[in-house]
Amino acid sequence: MPEALLSVRDLKVHFPIGKGLLAGAKGAVKAVDGVSFDLQPGETLGIVGESGCGKSTLGRAILRLTKPTAGTVVWLGQDFFGLDKAGLRKARRELQIIFQDPLASLDPRMTVGEIIARPLKTFHPELKKAEVEARVREAMAQVGLAPEMMRRYPHEFSGGQCQRIGIARAMILRPKLIVCDEPVSALDVSIQAQIINLLRKLQRELGLSLLFISHNLSVVRHISHRVMVLYLGKIMEIAERDAFYANPMHPYSRALISAIPLPDPKAERARERVMLQGDLPSPLNPPAGCRFCTRCPMATDLCHSSEPALAPRADGRLVACHFV
Amino acid sequence: MPSTRTSAETAARQAAAPILSARELCVDFKLEQGWVRAVDGVSFDVRRGEVLGIVGESGSGKSQILMAAMGLTAANGRCSGSVTFEGEEVLNATPDRLDRIRGSSMSMIFQDPMTSLNPYMRVVDQLTEVLVAHQGKSRAEAVNIAVEMLERVRIPDARRRISLYPHEFSGGMRQRVMIAMALLCRPALLFADEPTTALDVTVQAQILDLLNGLVHELNAAVVIVTHDLGVIARLCDRVIVLYGGRIMEEAAIGDLFTTPHHPYTQGLLAATPRLDDDTAHDLRTIPGTPRALAGQISGCPFAPRCERRMERCTVETPTLRRTTNGKRAAACHLVTA
Ligand SMILES: Nc1ncnc2c1ncn2[C@@H]1O[C@H](COP(=O)(O)OP(=O)(O)OP(=O)(O)O)[C@@H](O)[C@H]1O
Ligand code: SF4
Ligand SMILES: [Mg+2]
Repeated sequence: MPEALLSVRDLKVHFPIGKGLLAGAKGAVKAVDGVSFDLQPGETLGIVGESGCGKSTLGRAILRLTKPTAGTVVWLGQDFFGLDKAGLRKARRELQIIFQDPLASLDPRMTVGEIIARPLKTFHPELKKAEVEARVREAMAQVGLAPEMMRRYPHEFSGGQCQRIGIARAMILRPKLIVCDEPVSALDVSIQAQIINLLRKLQRELGLSLLFISHNLSVVRHISHRVMVLYLGKIMEIAERDAFYANPMHPYSRALISAIPLPDPKAERARERVMLQGDLPSPLNPPAGCRFCTRCPMATDLCHSSEPALAPRADGRLVACHFV
Repeated sequence: MPSTRTSAETAARQAAAPILSARELCVDFKLEQGWVRAVDGVSFDVRRGEVLGIVGESGSGKSQILMAAMGLTAANGRCSGSVTFEGEEVLNATPDRLDRIRGSSMSMIFQDPMTSLNPYMRVVDQLTEVLVAHQGKSRAEAVNIAVEMLERVRIPDARRRISLYPHEFSGGMRQRVMIAMALLCRPALLFADEPTTALDVTVQAQILDLLNGLVHELNAAVVIVTHDLGVIARLCDRVIVLYGGRIMEEAAIGDLFTTPHHPYTQGLLAATPRLDDDTAHDLRTIPGTPRALAGQISGCPFAPRCERRMERCTVETPTLRRTTNGKRAAACHLVTA
């Protein structure tokens, strides 16, 4: 086994509820509640789940943009949370993020060239103007933006172009890992396809690793090597992409996949669906036992009383269910 | 449950008079630089028992078509052409007249339930208002009907929950409350604008199922606007594909997905990631970016992005031409007969 780029162990992020003296007594939203996984160099891990399952919080906690409550993150063999200032600075160069709302994540008062150059100037103040400009051009070319656009402002661009600007900004430091938080959710289908292809190309040609966070399982399938399913802050299943889509094992994974409306009327109408009852429970008060038990079509008494471990299966995937 | 209709049913439906007809509908907005066109000469019919889908990318004018038909166009907008409901003109109708139609025969479901729910009013008061005002029901009768409708949209413990305020419901339940409200007066015509876009996929599946069942039971005509081809495939009988405010193609659901005629429809279908396509290759894309507000169009609105563009396409606007059997239509110089 080669050394993992990133190892996350038992990561927890709890947000305390209520203020003042009794804060502790009121409990906490357990947004991420004990997540462990490894990411290999050049690998894309898709992270899927519904709103409030902790996808974005997980991504942000790994980057130390949100303070984790417990757990460790090992980045290239080093304890990321224990890094000193200099170590953190170096690691930050190699770990970048792109966001869902392309326009909102760009400073409206800066030109596109300034936005893309910003991280480079912060981390490499010694670089000469001409060198910076050359790197900006390189990054723009990588993401398919014409260099003439450098002097224009974000609001002059479409959503897809703004997302390219965000990707160029993430790429300019030549990172090893990019956390992509719903990067195509705000885009039209035809533009979404352009951005997915772009991320695939960068991943392939530069050996980048991606944590690709999305609620869209069809999109995730096109970009990931492995897929992780989260439900109320916990991993339900983590598996190789093709094995996962061919045979999702966790009842929640099955329900998720079967809920996607297929762009194919015949198949869509002929389909047997796993229908889930009700809405997601509040993460403030997750069900005892298996977190999925209140909506699971297979749940028994055991599921309400005892929490299943995330255990390995024959093909190497991990599933947290008593009955798989 | 999926709806499967016999061809006899389909034929009977097509023979019936349309409940809603749009003819050369245009919607313009006044901006600093002058008037711009958001909807450009859109014509279609919908009949009872039929679900018509309008699909297109952001800004293509989908919502503005519904807004015009509901009399909800913004103050800086103007509508022209014609929209008739049961033969009577509703475009630019008086507020009184619109109120009456909206209360009794036409209703709308929005993407954001809070567009139609009042946050300061208990759900029970909001639901019973129409029944008391427009149908002369007593308060007690109205409450019973409302509770029954909430049960139909599967709100658990409806008799207790009906006294809550909207914010006391979860997102999925609020959406169901809004659907209950829209269906309460048993509308003959229902508009739905991205009714499930804001919901999680497992909740979306429940709501689509529910909508599907209820509209068939009411035998209502439905116009549903969405950017999601999966939602279209699930619910619709017929589809209009919109681009730059104009209809590019209109076809029965099966025909549109199996043999799309228009280059834009073809591109849209090819660019949509599926669960069963090949992941070894890149997705097909449509080059360029969606057009900004129309202005006056010269030539085909899709021409700047069309891979099959010819010289003629940038000078001559293709008209929406029906096939000889009348069953489908496309606006493209390449598509003949
Ligand atoms: N009050 C207004 N003033 C000016 N322009 C407007 C106004 N309302 C809508 N528009 C414009 O009309 C065009 C069509 O808008 P519409 O909301 O119908 O698009 P849509 O297809 O529903 O898009 P989406 O998928 O984003 O909801 C857009 O370019 C929009 O910016
Ligand atoms: S009319 Fe021309 S530009 Fe428009 S879709 Fe047809 S071929 Fe393409
Ligand atoms: Mg809209």
